[in-house]
Amino acid sequence: MNSSFLRISIWVYLAIFFAYLLGPLVIMSLTAFNSSSFPRISPWECLTFQWFTELFHDQRILNGIKNSLIIGAGTVVLSVAMGLAGALMLTQIWPKLRATYYTIIIAPILIPGVVLGISTLVFWDRINRMLGLGADSVLSNGVFLTVIGQSTFIASYCMLVLVARLQRYDTALTEAALDLGATHAQAFRKILLPFMRPAIASAAVLAFLASFENYNTTTFTFGEYPTLTIELAQKVRYGITPAISALAFIIVALTVFFALLNEAKLRRQELVAAARRNAMVQDLGGKIRLPSFFAGNMAAVLLVVFAVATITMVGTAAVYSPDQCIANVKEQKRLEAERRIQELRKQREEQRKQREAQEAEQGGAAQSAPKPSNNSGFGGVFAPGALGGGADAEPEAEEPPKGNGGFGNVFDPNSLSGDQ
Amino acid sequence: MSAGIGVDLESLWIRFGDFVAVRDANVHIEGGDFFSFLGPSGCGKTTILRAVSGFLEPSEGNVLIGGKNMKGIGPNKRPTALIFQNLALFPLMKVWENITFSMEIKGASAAERRRRADELLDMIALPDQGDKLPSELSGGQRQRVAIARALCAEPDVLLLDEPLSALDLKLRQHMRTELREIQQRVGITFIYITHDQGEALTMSDSIAVMRAGVIDQIADGKTIYNDPATAFAASFVGENNVFRGKVKRVMGDEALIATNRSGDLVARISTANRGKLAEGDDAMMFIRPEAFAIAPEGATGDHFVTARVTHEEFEGNAFNIFTEGDGGKEIKVSIPNLGQSFKDHTGQNITLEYDARNAVVVPAGELAAE
Repeated sequence: MNSSFLRISIWVYLAIFFAYLLGPLVIMSLTAFNSSSFPRISPWECLTFQWFTELFHDQRILNGIKNSLIIGAGTVVLSVAMGLAGALMLTQIWPKLRATYYTIIIAPILIPGVVLGISTLVFWDRINRMLGLGADSVLSNGVFLTVIGQSTFIASYCMLVLVARLQRYDTALTEAALDLGATHAQAFRKILLPFMRPAIASAAVLAFLASFENYNTTTFTFGEYPTLTIELAQKVRYGITPAISALAFIIVALTVFFALLNEAKLRRQELVAAARRNAMVQDLGGKIRLPSFFAGNMAAVLLVVFAVATITMVGTAAVYSPDQCIANVKEQKRLEAERRIQELRKQREEQRKQREAQEAEQGGAAQSAPKPSNNSGFGGVFAPGALGGGADAEPEAEEPPKGNGGFGNVFDPNSLSGDQ
Repeated sequence: MSAGIGVDLESLWIRFGDFVAVRDANVHIEGGDFFSFLGPSGCGKTTILRAVSGFLEPSEGNVLIGGKNMKGIGPNKRPTALIFQNLALFPLMKVWENITFSMEIKGASAAERRRRADELLDMIALPDQGDKLPSELSGGQRQRVAIARALCAEPDVLLLDEPLSALDLKLRQHMRTELREIQQRVGITFIYITHDQGEALTMSDSIAVMRAGVIDQIADGKTIYNDPATAFAASFVGENNVFRGKVKRVMGDEALIATNRSGDLVARISTANRGKLAEGDDAMMFIRPEAFAIAPEGATGDHFVTARVTHEEFEGNAFNIFTEGDGGKEIKVSIPNLGQSFKDHTGQNITLEYDARNAVVVPAGELAAE
């Protein structure tokens, strides 16, 4: 009984843990498919793919992705090269200096990215001036500065990955290559580099991801080349739309895809190795088996499921039209809005009547009637005209109405009406 | 045998900081010879090999290959190929790519390399194994691939750094014969490093016995075994019984030794020490276990040893008798098993007889650790 309680507790704990970890991602992904103009899943309006369309028509996002890719590629090249050089140096350096050298080379990881960003900017600006170059020189170019700035600490990550592999390298292999007539360059290229290839690949992926998601260093250095994270941050300042959810969904989907792909590949290698060992045994058993790629390879099965789901989704998106649903929702909203307008008008009418009655009672001199729009503390939001115009216009306006303040669409009359 | 390229070490000193790894080594290695450096681990033999192959610059002195001074010439420019102790096969390359690595460096075509690899694979009796990875081969096969890889570079001198030490006994004995055969077939100079005296004796034309950075003796196997120059060489190569004492009298090539325990015994002065031993000098006398015979009881003289038997053992081809010896060491006597009846002597005194020509005297010195 005690143990079953413990078991249940563990499951509950795991459920809570994963809900905490993955819940936000799932919710955000779902909002990408809701036609509501503010990212949310309740109330669910209509299934739509319009946010993806919108995303791919957003020039700033696309430009941000392009800049991120360029900067990511540059950072990968520079960081991996610097990381490899640093790792090699660590194995060559005088043993007494090794600990000190290691500390120095790891330090950038511990320095806040903001500091690295500012210092990169200041340092290269100084160099630029010393060389007497203008503001449009390569040294003050956003891409150059961002690559340099990010690499200052990403190279340290790369070095850590590469050192781990390098420690397993037998220097006798290099000696053997030299002994067989290779030059140092040939020994490096033909022996050490192939040995390091898996670690270099890992370091490159790590460097790319670190570069892609970096914000706090990049924010100082991007100049005229805002990366995706910068663009997103700037967009969020003016209110978010589900198009950002759509982007998040794509990134999550790509991550899951590559994780599954990698896992499937690893599993497959293991299975091949196991099959080689058991080759004799398997030859004897003539059973019907799944294609070898899938047998015992859960990741591969998931990968295929994933691929099928993606194709289905894209296919559905191509033929699916949520127009009818959206029109219905729009109609509902319009009716709702009209109803509220009527209510408001009625209210106003009553208020006016009351006031007129009061004025009549007071019998004062003729006063100008107060403007109805000055009645409320909400500016023009509840003005009948504003409401009417909003209801007539496209409810899911692509451009949120300007001038509504820092709260995005929250105070949009449509969103209010939609809440009911 | 074709006259290959010889190697000379001229007053070679190698120091690491204060530590002297090799002390004044002077060695002439004849071209086409199978030459071994024999010594316990840490005696500096691998250091010499690394100096010959060019991975290490000597502190003093010269390495000459084919009469040419190798000073300042890197390992990739020397006509040597080294077989590493752990073989150092390239783990990511297939066997045939491993073997022909030296050709790849020179830019040979894949077809050409493949052809040469097949030739060499035939030579090392591993046909059709070219497409495997080194990790898929057994220890002995890897060993042979390493040899083929070194030979593919067509070196004038092949250097082998204890290449058999990782193999099991049976394979080791097999590879000894094979190595010797390969060496005679290709006719190049082999320099072989080992701590196993059996390997050195069976394969080598010449052996250098090394102790703590010093070369004690350079000679062929028979000479080293029968006529050791130092106490270390005598005790390191093969089994030997030591008798400590002082020289009592020198009689031409022989000397009478006043031993600490066994009275005055006569022995031959080893060739290298003739004229160097004088009366009163500390000396060590060595007699091999198989050089003893059991003498009739009561026999006395300068070639008889009497001692109490501590235990005996039967080894199949020989009976071994262990008696109390000098300085806590036992004297081992090995009597060949020729089908004769054998009496148990344990606890009794036994008189042993030897021929003075089979006993050798050297100046007292350091013995090999057991």
